Amino acid sequence: MKLVTYAALVGLILVGQSAYADDKLTVYSYRQAFLVEPILARFTEETGIGVNVVFAKDGIAERITREGRLSPADLVLTSDFSRLVELVEKDLTSPVKTTTLESNIPAQYRDPDGQWYALTMRVRNLYTAKDRSGPQQLTYEELADPKYKGKICTRSGKHPYNVALVASMIAHHGEAEAKTWLQGVKANLARKPQGNDRGQIAAVKEGLCDIAIGNSYYYGNMLQDPEQKSVAEAVVINFPNQANRGAHVNVSGMVLTRHAPNKENAIKLMEFLSADIAQKAYADVNMEYPVKANVAPSPLVASWGEFKVDQLPIFKLAEYHQAAVKLLDEVQFDL
Amino acid sequence: MILGLARSWSLAGYAMAALLVLPLFALIFQALQPDEAVFGHLMATVLPTYIINSLLLIFWVSVGALLLALPCAWLVARCEFIGRRYLQWALLLPLAMPAYIVAYVYTDLLDYAGPLQRGLRLLFDWRSPQDYFFPDIRSLGGAACMLSLVLFPYIYLLARTAFMEQSLSLAHASRIMGCSSWQSFWRLSLPMARPAIAVGVALVAMETAADFATVNYFAVPTLTTAVYDTWLGYGNLTAAAKLSAIILLVVFMLIGFERFARRKQQLFQKQSRIQATDLYRLTTKQTAYALLFCGTVLLLSFLLPFGILLSYAIGYFEKSWDSSFWQLSLNSLSLALLTSLLCCLMALFLMFVRRISPRRSDTLPSRLASTGYALPGTVLAIGVLVPLTLLDFGINDLAEYIGVKGPGLLLTGSVVALVFAFCVRFIAIAIGSIESSYKRISPSLDMVSLTMGQSPMRLLSRVHLPLLAKGIFAAALLVFIESMKELPAALLLRPIGFENLATHVFQFVSDEKLEHGALAAIVIVVVGLVPLIYLNRSLEQHSG
Repeated sequence: MKLVTYAALVGLILVGQSAYADDKLTVYSYRQAFLVEPILARFTEETGIGVNVVFAKDGIAERITREGRLSPADLVLTSDFSRLVELVEKDLTSPVKTTTLESNIPAQYRDPDGQWYALTMRVRNLYTAKDRSGPQQLTYEELADPKYKGKICTRSGKHPYNVALVASMIAHHGEAEAKTWLQGVKANLARKPQGNDRGQIAAVKEGLCDIAIGNSYYYGNMLQDPEQKSVAEAVVINFPNQANRGAHVNVSGMVLTRHAPNKENAIKLMEFLSADIAQKAYADVNMEYPVKANVAPSPLVASWGEFKVDQLPIFKLAEYHQAAVKLLDEVQFDL
Repeated sequence: MILGLARSWSLAGYAMAALLVLPLFALIFQALQPDEAVFGHLMATVLPTYIINSLLLIFWVSVGALLLALPCAWLVARCEFIGRRYLQWALLLPLAMPAYIVAYVYTDLLDYAGPLQRGLRLLFDWRSPQDYFFPDIRSLGGAACMLSLVLFPYIYLLARTAFMEQSLSLAHASRIMGCSSWQSFWRLSLPMARPAIAVGVALVAMETAADFATVNYFAVPTLTTAVYDTWLGYGNLTAAAKLSAIILLVVFMLIGFERFARRKQQLFQKQSRIQATDLYRLTTKQTAYALLFCGTVLLLSFLLPFGILLSYAIGYFEKSWDSSFWQLSLNSLSLALLTSLLCCLMALFLMFVRRISPRRSDTLPSRLASTGYALPGTVLAIGVLVPLTLLDFGINDLAEYIGVKGPGLLLTGSVVALVFAFCVRFIAIAIGSIESSYKRISPSLDMVSLTMGQSPMRLLSRVHLPLLAKGIFAAALLVFIESMKELPAALLLRPIGFENLATHVFQFVSDEKLEHGALAAIVIVVVGLVPLIYLNRSLEQHSG
């Protein structure tokens, strides 16, 4: 019987641990906790409002759907655009409109109805080896060129960053041409899609491939990390399609959930994230491009130079998201 | 009298079994819903590859595990050579290694950027991957090797026992009738051990079908990873449930195969056992070969990966060892402890009901409860969430109806969902262990106790419990190790913000930073070793 009592105790402790106090905000984050935690700590310092942040790589939308009106989530932070739209489409968001948010975030980076707000931008870059080929004028289209057979590395095609890139190709060229392109890229892969964007840069360094696809801030973060610096220094960052439409850009962002228990405080946090302090932290700590007009990127990011951004309206990425996922299955990109 | 009493016990048994089998039915129910053509799309594109990959993986892992296990089992059971006694238990050690951890270590070692290939490049002055051929570890073959290395002990353990229990006079007879020792092995020993080996293979195959982390890391798409992707990538629970149903079909076929094999096993085990003096003494040369083989198996499956993990853990000790590490370990330990206690209590109850009930149909609850073992973690997660979410909403609706504030997500938002899932998955282990202990208690003891006017509760606490103690302890240990290792269910069902050792390791590895997770991985392995050593000892006592 002692054992039973003990078991009950352990159970209570475990349940207690996972239950949250009511006055704190709960943030579900697709972005790694270590990145957002310092910024949220600043928020707590200034406002006295506590924040629980919980990180999940996948399935936040599914979770909130299931939790319904009982969901403890107030705010969701996403790392790409399609996930913002997914939340809106599943009717999991509440519209917010405040003058602060609207003056901080330019119109092209927010929903006209205030269902979602973007916070940072990132570029889908192409990396080449410093010693073998040096900087190159590349286009995404060229990745399918047979001359690069066995020379390209990428993470899983199904990763949201790659899905968004494929969606942008569909938006520019139509589905049939995008499919031919995707088949071409698959035929050029040096190895089966695997690992994360960092791993692709490392593969270029080791000579496993000549061109890696990866987001700008991964490269920036590797240069900041003493253990990975030498890897990142072996490659150069290239902004694709500079001669024509510009480089593909994706955004991270936030939404207020539909059943947010603490709407008022959650809006305060949203405003905080769009303001100078937080935007600067995104730029300096995570090497992203802030959306707020007067906040500059970090000196390191700025050193990569000005570049032309693909002017495709961002909602197109969401429009072609499903088509892109299906295309990736059809050409068996990851298999 | 006992009939009347037993009825209420037996009803309670059915209720418990119904609870434990709920996820399975929820899953089947979910799979029968319409799903907006996602499943059709999958079927037309990637599903055939997923199915073929899953079946190929199961096939190759079974073959690989057999090739590793059978020679080891036969050598250890039937031959005498230096080191045999150590190998006997050392070959069980890989069981403590979760397959995904072994996979991570070997990838680090054998990848293009790993020390082995780097060394080769330096040695032969190769510059690029085009200059030489090296098999890709992150492939179906690689995954099959990794899984064979950690799963072979299941077959080894069962085959060893079977070889040890074979009658020697039959072996002698076969030799007298002119069989060579090889012929005697192929035509007599092996066929006689076949049922036990088949059970082992079925277990290995089921574990392979359930594996998520290894194939996910190796980017080998199988049905198990497809369930995860379809659920969370496509956001389609119903299509994911349909995929799960395919996995279930495969697993139930395996169980059928295992049952079929075990049905025959009864016939074989009635002979006298091999004595130590009957062991075939190996010559020096033979001993060298035997040691070389068993030693290599042990080295590759346990010593090498463990050593590498240990060196990482020491190297990164300061980075990993902080207050949150205690929290992680505590979470893992308390979760595993709670699961093993609950499983033992429920299993004991179910077996007791079966014991005292005069009706044959009362074997049903424990049989039903055991089906959970067949559900791979990703599949189980769906089966658990569907009914518990309904229940959560029911509780809150009820609370609002009577005018109090609802408690929120009492079940799915807390560790309850996780513990429930673990119990559903692992209670079969506890049932199996307690069942075999019960078989050794003579039913006449029950009759004596009952005719003396003792209640069933007293019978359980004063007669059965003391006699079952060892079996229950073994059950608790086994469930404990499995709960420490289980990854996919923990990943999908943990309350938001809850991390344990397994999910912690997984997180680092998906960031390609195994070194930082090594300490947690070591803890999982070491904690798993203790019960193994205990189990092996009790096994040896039991057989000796």
